Amino acid sequence: MSDITRSDVAHLARLARLAVTDDELDVFSGQLDAILDTVGRVSEIDDDVPPTSHVAPLTNVLRADEPEPSLDREAVLAGAPAAEEGRFRVPRILGEEP
Amino acid sequence: MSSADNGPGAEDLTRLDAAELARRVQAREVSSVEVTRAHLERIEAVERTGLNAFLHVAADAALAAAAAVDDEIAAGTVRGPLAGVPVAIKDNMITRDMPTTCASRILDGWRPPYDATVVRRLREAGLVPLGKTNLDEFAMGGSNENSAYGAVRNPWDPARVPGGSSGGSAAATAVGETPLALGSDTGGSIRQPGAFTGTVGVKPTYGTVSRYGLVAFSSSLDQIGPFGRTVLDAAMLHEVVGGHDPCDQTSIDAPLPPVVEAALAGARGDLAGVRVGVVNELSGEGFQTGVLSAFTDAVRVLTELGAEVVEVSCPSFTLGLPAYYLIAPSEASSNLARFDAMRYGLRVGDDGSRSTDEVMSATREAGFGAEVKRRIMIGTHALSAGSYDALYGKAQKVRTLVVRDFSAAFERCDVLVSPTVPTTAFPIGDRVDDPVSMYLADLCTIPANLAGIAGLSVPCGLAAEDGMPVGLQVMTPALADDRAYRVGAAYELARDTASGVPFASTVPDPAALQGAS
Repeated sequence: MSDITRSDVAHLARLARLAVTDDELDVFSGQLDAILDTVGRVSEIDDDVPPTSHVAPLTNVLRADEPEPSLDREAVLAGAPAAEEGRFRVPRILGEEP
Repeated sequence: MSSADNGPGAEDLTRLDAAELARRVQAREVSSVEVTRAHLERIEAVERTGLNAFLHVAADAALAAAAAVDDEIAAGTVRGPLAGVPVAIKDNMITRDMPTTCASRILDGWRPPYDATVVRRLREAGLVPLGKTNLDEFAMGGSNENSAYGAVRNPWDPARVPGGSSGGSAAATAVGETPLALGSDTGGSIRQPGAFTGTVGVKPTYGTVSRYGLVAFSSSLDQIGPFGRTVLDAAMLHEVVGGHDPCDQTSIDAPLPPVVEAALAGARGDLAGVRVGVVNELSGEGFQTGVLSAFTDAVRVLTELGAEVVEVSCPSFTLGLPAYYLIAPSEASSNLARFDAMRYGLRVGDDGSRSTDEVMSATREAGFGAEVKRRIMIGTHALSAGSYDALYGKAQKVRTLVVRDFSAAFERCDVLVSPTVPTTAFPIGDRVDDPVSMYLADLCTIPANLAGIAGLSVPCGLAAEDGMPVGLQVMTPALADDRAYRVGAAYELARDTASGVPFASTVPDPAALQGAS
């Protein structure tokens, strides 16, 4: 059922923010094709069955809406690749191509 | 030997099980510092042989923690049944005083700001964290070859894999680098390496051990659980880390099943009245001969212990593997979006000329290994508009059928059994270029994750053709984990009585082997 091409892999990689190489496009297209052939067997089953998204016997677990202490800002920023003035520093976000 | 400082003829503390170590430390026959030092020396000796089970060893912190426990015990306080006993932690559980890498380059150098709930509970109970163990990157894999920091070797044969993804925890426990370890199991990642290394590994009922601070792979399937060399040891660790946690939204607010009591009851060696179901779909064609014969022998032992054995059929299990390899990657593609090069770990290509989007893509490309990329792309595909109904939607329907098959089987049986894995540990390198063959190692363990029930793997001998360990899997209904411990402990006792030696003592010693060569 599956037929994953190099350009399909390039599209998926772009959606997933992975700057894959040309060599990877070759390897992954063959491997993803084989994987999708195997997992595509799920289409054998009846459509009448209801889906299960999780199995925990729980719904809408909420806590009281009361302020609680949170993590120390310095401790959180210490793990960031770049921080400035008590904030995460990110590369430019304006002027990007659409 | 590792404990050379103790002098010739001294007992090797690293071969004692956790229950016995705890007893001696708490009776002040030996100090936690001595026990901890013996394990640290053992780690040094064994890691030198290239086992590669540990990514980080916290020697100073461990000795300090042990000394604190010793002081408390001297003052008459015992924090819990395992106080003073060392433990290793899979490196996808966050620790405030140790790095957490998930065996990925993308988290290289990251120091988490807080402890996972399970880690906090270990400390509160007086256990002594030795360090962080190797794994398949983000727990994605069944061989530990997907670690960015090198493969782990199997102590039974260093040319073979230890299984995965909790391969470091399993191998470390098998060789006595630690008496206990925590792993995580999403599709078999505790039970499968448990089987491959001859250790006891348990995936508890979904929601009964907190996932708070476990780096998420597939949130509806992930579950933390214990490794030990005996069923009782695993049960004791299970009780330390288990139980409700308000920090985890999927944590079940119910009493933990009495697993230690069950392990002790099982060790009385009587399974009269226990109904055991052998799952037809989880043995037979495609399974290694030595695995099947060890499994058949194990089932015979259960019968001799008084269990009533019947065959059951769970037809949907044949689609469990394909469903799993859609659901897990789908959830992973979403969970791993958090590795955006902005908040933690690696950032590549931030030279002032590139946009956030470009830096993000370059970082994820450089930081993730091949298997993680494959799964992110499979998940992205399965969740895309054109494929959602045919792939992800169908997989969720299979999940319903798996739940139903288990419910029907558990109406007739108290526990279900199967081999834990269709084969023994395979040679390193054998399956790395063929993801589909790698995935087959999870065939028998996946159904329990899809249904959220409990599963335990206990060693059931060696396969005749290769001398490698085989695991017996015992599955129970949700919140009946105690049944698996009872059956596992009864089987374990019968196994060791029949062979005349504890199975855990028969693992080859890598340090001694290297010393001899």
